[in-house]
Amino acid sequence: MSESQIIVPASAEIPTLRRRSFLTGLGGLTLSAAAVAMLAGKESLAAGTSGNAEADVNILAGALAAEQEAIAAYQLGAESGLLQKPVLDLAVTFQGHHKEHADVLASTISKLGGKPAKAKSSYDFPVEKLKSQRDVLEFAAGLEKGAVSAYLGAVPLFDNRDLATAAASILGDEAMHWAVLRQALGLAPVPSAFVS
Amino acid sequence: MRDRVIARRPPSRLRGGGLRQAGAAAVLALLLTGAGSASAGAEPDGEKIYQRCFACHSVERNRTGPRHCGLNGRAAGSVEGYNYSKAMRNSHIVWNKETLDAFLANPRAAVPGTIMAYAGVKKESERAALVDWLLALPPCE
Repeated sequence: MSESQIIVPASAEIPTLRRRSFLTGLGGLTLSAAAVAMLAGKESLAAGTSGNAEADVNILAGALAAEQEAIAAYQLGAESGLLQKPVLDLAVTFQGHHKEHADVLASTISKLGGKPAKAKSSYDFPVEKLKSQRDVLEFAAGLEKGAVSAYLGAVPLFDNRDLATAAASILGDEAMHWAVLRQALGLAPVPSAFVS
Repeated sequence: MRDRVIARRPPSRLRGGGLRQAGAAAVLALLLTGAGSASAGAEPDGEKIYQRCFACHSVERNRTGPRHCGLNGRAAGSVEGYNYSKAMRNSHIVWNKETLDAFLANPRAAVPGTIMAYAGVKKESERAALVDWLLALPPCE
């Protein structure tokens, strides 16, 4: 916690698209269908896939970047020495969820013809403000709330409705994280009937 | 701007008539205007609305999105150390009340090609509060 950054073992890379692979006719459609099935975990959702895959990949790339940062943030929390069991176990569990999200997002980007960015080699977190377990929980809760809003703002943008459905599934998971973290902080876990 | 976008690409569920479609439209309108949010009836708080941005942005640090300190009067795509989309770099936007409001209403319509994958802050009063709060942020240290 003495340094201002956390180092994670991966090279920084800017997300790019292999545009040519979007232009391969039926191949693109086939990849898109497979990606949908993979992301949603339901092969039946692969039917009828079409639309602007490049735009969808850009949305997925943004989600992937946010998930990778969340993974690093939980790593920071887990290694901080500030978290006590069972909060530490909770953080590790949530980090595992974000890893699953990131893995499937990266795979889907690849299947759609894009090139998923690797996680940054370091992230700039406000370490100087994290001095207690409560600080870490509040920081994590803020990220999770932001993730809920980010997915909420992304879902309507997907051209592929199956991808939107799958992203909404991730949104639900992020919302549960946020609620549990609020509970751990002694706050009302579900502060309102709607999220925004 | 929002009207133009809706006219260009209406949600598929709203095409055609029928009670079901009308009901869906009413629900959609409710949600898009934020009438169902917890803040309905209260004065929107720009700082609280900014929490929606926390997955990607912060005031002081570049993250998945660029930092927001010193936003007022800054040229879009000009924060040092942040890798913007070509669309944002070439947008020739200078952030002020008008441009920020238009962008936050519908980012992808305001700057086609932006990598900010967010539908926008649709409720005008919330957007206005967020714009005011963002533009009041101090310069970056």
